[in-house]
Amino acid sequence: MSDKSRENARIDEPTGTELVGHEWDGIEELNTPLPRWWLWTFYATIAWSLVYVVLYPAWPLVERATEGVLGWSSRGELAEEMSAADLARRSVYEQIAATDITKLPANPELMGQAIAGGAAAFKQHCVQCHGAGAAGYEQYGYPNLNDDDWIWGGELAEIEYTLTHGIRWGGSRQTRQAYMPPFEGALEKPQVDALVNHVLSLSGKGQSSTEGVQLFAQNCAACHQPDGSGDQLQGAPALNDAIWLYGGEAANIRAQILNPRHGVMPGWSDKLDPVTIKMLAAYVHSRGGGESAEEGTEEVASDAEAVAEAPEGGDDERL
Amino acid sequence: MSVSEPTAAAVGNVKERDWAAALPSEGADPIAAKRLSDPSTPPPKLYEKRKAVHNKRIDGPFRRLKWAIMVVTLTIYYVTPWLRWDRGPYAPDQAVLVDLANRRFYMFDIEIWPHEFYFVAGLLIMAGIGLFLVTSAVGRAWCGYACPQTVWTDLFQHVDRFVDGDRNARIRLDKAPWGPAKIARRLFKWSIYLLISLLTGGAWILYFADAPTLVRDFFALEASPVAYATVGILTFTTFWLGGFMREQVCIYMCPWPRIQGAMLDEKSLIVTYKHWRGEPRGSLKKAKKNPGADGDCIDCLQCVAVCPTGIDIREGQQIGCITCALCIDACDKVMKEIGRPRGLIDYATLEQCEAEMAGKPPTPAWKALLRPRTFIYFGIWAAIGVAMLFALGTRSHTDLTVSPDRNPPYMLMKDGSVRNAYTLRLRNMEARPRDMEIALVGLPQGAVMWTDRIGRESAAESQRVTVPANETRVVRAYVTVPNGVSADSFSFRLTSLDEQGEQDTAQTSFSSPENEP
Repeated sequence: MSDKSRENARIDEPTGTELVGHEWDGIEELNTPLPRWWLWTFYATIAWSLVYVVLYPAWPLVERATEGVLGWSSRGELAEEMSAADLARRSVYEQIAATDITKLPANPELMGQAIAGGAAAFKQHCVQCHGAGAAGYEQYGYPNLNDDDWIWGGELAEIEYTLTHGIRWGGSRQTRQAYMPPFEGALEKPQVDALVNHVLSLSGKGQSSTEGVQLFAQNCAACHQPDGSGDQLQGAPALNDAIWLYGGEAANIRAQILNPRHGVMPGWSDKLDPVTIKMLAAYVHSRGGGESAEEGTEEVASDAEAVAEAPEGGDDERL
Repeated sequence: MSVSEPTAAAVGNVKERDWAAALPSEGADPIAAKRLSDPSTPPPKLYEKRKAVHNKRIDGPFRRLKWAIMVVTLTIYYVTPWLRWDRGPYAPDQAVLVDLANRRFYMFDIEIWPHEFYFVAGLLIMAGIGLFLVTSAVGRAWCGYACPQTVWTDLFQHVDRFVDGDRNARIRLDKAPWGPAKIARRLFKWSIYLLISLLTGGAWILYFADAPTLVRDFFALEASPVAYATVGILTFTTFWLGGFMREQVCIYMCPWPRIQGAMLDEKSLIVTYKHWRGEPRGSLKKAKKNPGADGDCIDCLQCVAVCPTGIDIREGQQIGCITCALCIDACDKVMKEIGRPRGLIDYATLEQCEAEMAGKPPTPAWKALLRPRTFIYFGIWAAIGVAMLFALGTRSHTDLTVSPDRNPPYMLMKDGSVRNAYTLRLRNMEARPRDMEIALVGLPQGAVMWTDRIGRESAAESQRVTVPANETRVVRAYVTVPNGVSADSFSFRLTSLDEQGEQDTAQTSFSSPENEP
């Protein structure tokens, strides 16, 4: 703005101040000088930005951004925070590692921590098959982990064993093995029909027959027990309850008799450390269907929040 | 801003006024005025230095009011954190405490939880409407008397006066060359500034933790870094804004002067120079020679000398006027000395000025307070206050919220029964642990519940739970309905098992294969 351009500047009569010269709908701007400190503040912001550029990552280049002499990065900060969190959790990990899983329920505090850790690990490793709510997927034969029906046992130690060694998994010699022979060709169609009806009758759905009872006693009772209550030691499912891994309609049962499906779960001993497996077992057990080792043991916290020490008032904000 | 029409002074629907008489012959901008008469004068600079304001000591009713408000507000600010209030063993005993860690706000007998933040919102709304109320009635009284910037600026100006003497002495000292004496004096003054600033920043953090403990930790260097950072920042801002920026904050940084311009109308009280009485200005000498030729203003500039923002009120309402009325005190004193009636500069509304200019006798300023707008604002303000007090007094200390598990919506069990899981939040808003009963209401016979801590073997239609003092306890509850019984919607009922028997019911739904959500 040269002096020349200002020579003809008009003066605003009421205030006696020079006008800038622009006009919008008859409204003009006064050319009141800015305060000096404002200018200094402006320079200070420029200085600030220069210092920032030197200290912090600032200029995006082809491969990466300039680094800044402090060497700070958000990724690094995250890594630091994660390792700090790991450090904070270490004592809990050590305690869980040192506690036998059957002794966990006696320590509600530690059990709560284990369940919380298990919930996190579950979201990472298990939801792909068992679902985010652990409700499984009947169509594909992924079992529901919330109910009280356990093929291999629902006590903490049993769940831990299943998680460690898997089911029909080649990676462990101690894996859970159960095999049901296919009856296709071994039984005639009417026999199969009679058998299906008997199996349905075990849970009060179909009408049994003498033939069905006989066939069941000959071919099935050895594993599934005469009353159809199954055998967790062999991994023979109970047939007398309301829960079916592969569906409870006559057609599902027929298909399973003729050509049984055998679900597989990988063992986790080579992917996860024993503490994580222990925590996962605690979490699965806590989903509401876990069985107690001895009768009358109190159920333990199934919600990590319930044992959190801090006041929970803040939770209200989420509601 | 200016309107290119020559009739620039029309305000709203008020009759056009002849403000020219109120204007000094030389404009506010001497350079521009010069350029009016002599175009060869160089144009004004883009930036200008702050002109220091050395306001003179004055005594009078308004000054005394300012003293009183300053003492009251500063006392409240510095003393409040030290007040104790016994709330029993489960809650802090500080009367006013913002407990961020535990998300509680304590104020004497009132305790506010995060979900009750609407009380704080209500307080803010009351503050806003209170500001409207005050502004519509007495103009920028907030700015002039109660605003922290004003109060601390005033305090620092008293420090100036205490160290350097009154106006003339300070102006002389400003002009004096830097020497050992001046440096010593300045350092002394700034160290007093710093002490006040430290106390100010220091008092702030006491509202967020137990004051005696925090003070001990603070000086033992054991307080949290955020405490030191807060004190540092607030000390700096107090020192800088109160000690050096002062009126610049009002004129350039604060939005309030702009807003209040829109909130004043012709019925609002403002500090007014009664130009029809004062103009043309003439000295006492001239008045002796030629009585009656001039107005009452003798151009003694006392009104400018006492002004904390350094403006000349005789130029009319302006952004720099914070309506502190010290110029009224100054002018009244001068008028008394020269035997003329007080009130040449006075609180008055535009309407009262109009009437006075038309020759009617002056109306007392307080009459301006009695107008519908003031009463309506006051009514709204009071209604919100009463409603909040009512809500606070009648709120329940027991609360239940229920969120049903949605994944999976229901569980089929071995025996064919259907199980649903719920997350219950039991809120105990009293400073003592309380036993509560959760019961199922509206489910068919045979429905039972148990929780994460109360096992299946103890399943029943209701369960007892202890909720710790001042906490929300999260309980995971399982509800089972026997095979073949259908259930749909039902309620959990929470009852406090004490003399109050407070109840809260939360309705929720029961999912089963028949009514899958």
